[in-house]
Amino acid sequence: MGSLRIVPILLLLASPALAQTYSIGRAPTAAELAQSITLSPTGEGLPPGHGSAAEGAVLYTQKNCVVCHGPAGVGGVTSAPNLIGNKGTGPGDDAWKRVRGGEADGALPILAPNATIVWDYINRGMPLGNEGSLTPNEVYALTAYLFVLNKMIPEDQVLDQNNLAQVKMPIGTDWVRPPDWKPGAPRMAGYPY
Amino acid sequence: MDSEPSSRRELLKGGALAVGAAAAGASVSKTALAQTPAAAPALPSYAVNEAPEIPVSPDVIAYGVRSHYVKSLRIQEDGRAPGTTARYNDFGLTLHIQTPLQDSIGTIQASSLHYCATTKGAFVPDIDPAQHTLLIDGLVDRPRIFTMADLRRFPSVTRFHFIECIANSASVTHVNVQQSHGTCSNAEWTGVLLSTLLKECGLQDKATWFVAEGAEEVKGASTMPINKAMNDVIVAYGMNGEPLRPQNGFPVRLVVPGFEGIFNTKWLRHIKAVDQYQLNMNDFGHIRRDETSAALGYTWGPKSIITFPSGRQKLPERGWYEITGLAWSGNGAVRKVEVSTDGGQTWNDAELKGIPLPKAHTRFGLMWNWDGDEHVIMSRTTDEIGVVQPTREQVAKVLGLPYSPQFRPPGTNNTIMPWKIARDGSVTNGIA
Repeated sequence: MGSLRIVPILLLLASPALAQTYSIGRAPTAAELAQSITLSPTGEGLPPGHGSAAEGAVLYTQKNCVVCHGPAGVGGVTSAPNLIGNKGTGPGDDAWKRVRGGEADGALPILAPNATIVWDYINRGMPLGNEGSLTPNEVYALTAYLFVLNKMIPEDQVLDQNNLAQVKMPIGTDWVRPPDWKPGAPRMAGYPY
Repeated sequence: MDSEPSSRRELLKGGALAVGAAAAGASVSKTALAQTPAAAPALPSYAVNEAPEIPVSPDVIAYGVRSHYVKSLRIQEDGRAPGTTARYNDFGLTLHIQTPLQDSIGTIQASSLHYCATTKGAFVPDIDPAQHTLLIDGLVDRPRIFTMADLRRFPSVTRFHFIECIANSASVTHVNVQQSHGTCSNAEWTGVLLSTLLKECGLQDKATWFVAEGAEEVKGASTMPINKAMNDVIVAYGMNGEPLRPQNGFPVRLVVPGFEGIFNTKWLRHIKAVDQYQLNMNDFGHIRRDETSAALGYTWGPKSIITFPSGRQKLPERGWYEITGLAWSGNGAVRKVEVSTDGGQTWNDAELKGIPLPKAHTRFGLMWNWDGDEHVIMSRTTDEIGVVQPTREQVAKVLGLPYSPQFRPPGTNNTIMPWKIARDGSVTNGIA
């Protein structure tokens, strides 16, 4: 009986589908790999560069951020979120109460669990209509500007690839990641529907 | 509805046992003919071969078009009327286009009617498949770049799956099923399993998550668990018998069965295997304060909807009709669908049309003899892991939230949708 149970396992191991590779595709070059814009929360993947809030303030007007998001990050068009939190008085505030509408509508620097998200969001998605056009230095500068507006870093701090991920975010650890996913398991333990 | 209990019960039994469909059909047409001689349209005045001819053109021969009598169209979400093109490109707004479920037949949406969503106005990238590549890197032994031709050399899968946007949340203000449920579609997807590609690249054991990134203007990226990648995620290049449509991700996209719509990354260009939750641009929208909201906004539970009779439709007269609709679940296959015609007091098993497939739409039907009275009709489904679709009130109660007709269930809304049939046969939103 015991040996019979082993037979299907051996068949599986012998099956080409399990272990086979097909030698299709090619290895990327170092230059191609370097084009990746995917960032880790630790800062791994950030390109070299630096920027200050003073530079960011100039870019904020130059790049037309102000048109949608309003002067100094508030009072823009309805479809663009505020970029500074309500009653932004500093560390210790309840981040979730500082944003308009809560959750995904919230001011990015307030609800982002890592500084890298703010950098990534600007780098990928801004400015509207000309996405991906900002240089790394410009993204560092705009990120620094938003952080200074929200009193998260000193006004004269220069952000770069080494210190960006160290910025303490207003939300702290007051957020949850999606649940573990397993095939055939319900959406949430204890939730009946 | 109680005026003919015996015949109704017979039909319900037939539906529940999934037998005698032809017999039921015969009895329906006999009944309909007997009841409606005056309402029957006059026979065409022309003989069979004298019908007007559809003009033939090279275009019509090369790529078919539907009859001009068929008017079913997609709409823009939030009630914005079709045809107002200026609004499609509204500055910075997301665009959700809803499928006309009220007209749907069978279980798939035609590719031209499949729902779609974009991050900015009507922006859809125009990608040359000969130039497009997919990079897989990160925690793999052999990073690889695949051309679209490369992807077709791998063993393929062809599977039916629904994709549903988290915005597909029925509310008391929706007038028809297109508004309330049209941000969900089902299609036949063909491609290569992501697990096949990750094995080809030598996925490392320490990989726990992967990031998928599109090639559209914002390079939208989402983080997903690696065990999902190794389970059933498809790198799809085909849809309903032809290449993907641009709005649905041409030339290649992810299909992530059961996960909320935005995870199903379109215009896929990069997969990176990583060892921590990455929090990319699209993940920011999933950040929640409590575990309940985070979990319920992630994947879809069991859900069903009656597409006929549904909002803005009208039953022309009392008599037999097939109540029909669609059921699906992100947990697996649909096991059962029940229909109530008395506001949820009693339930009858509906007939499932065909074999329910995992994480795919299943059509159901139940023959019903409308007695001309007011009715609230609704469907509920139970999936293969035994989870039952809830009412809106049940969700509010279990989450300890106050209930009103304006209640918006958190996360992916899989609640039961009631339709109210008035004495004149008109159908309206039955949420109360």
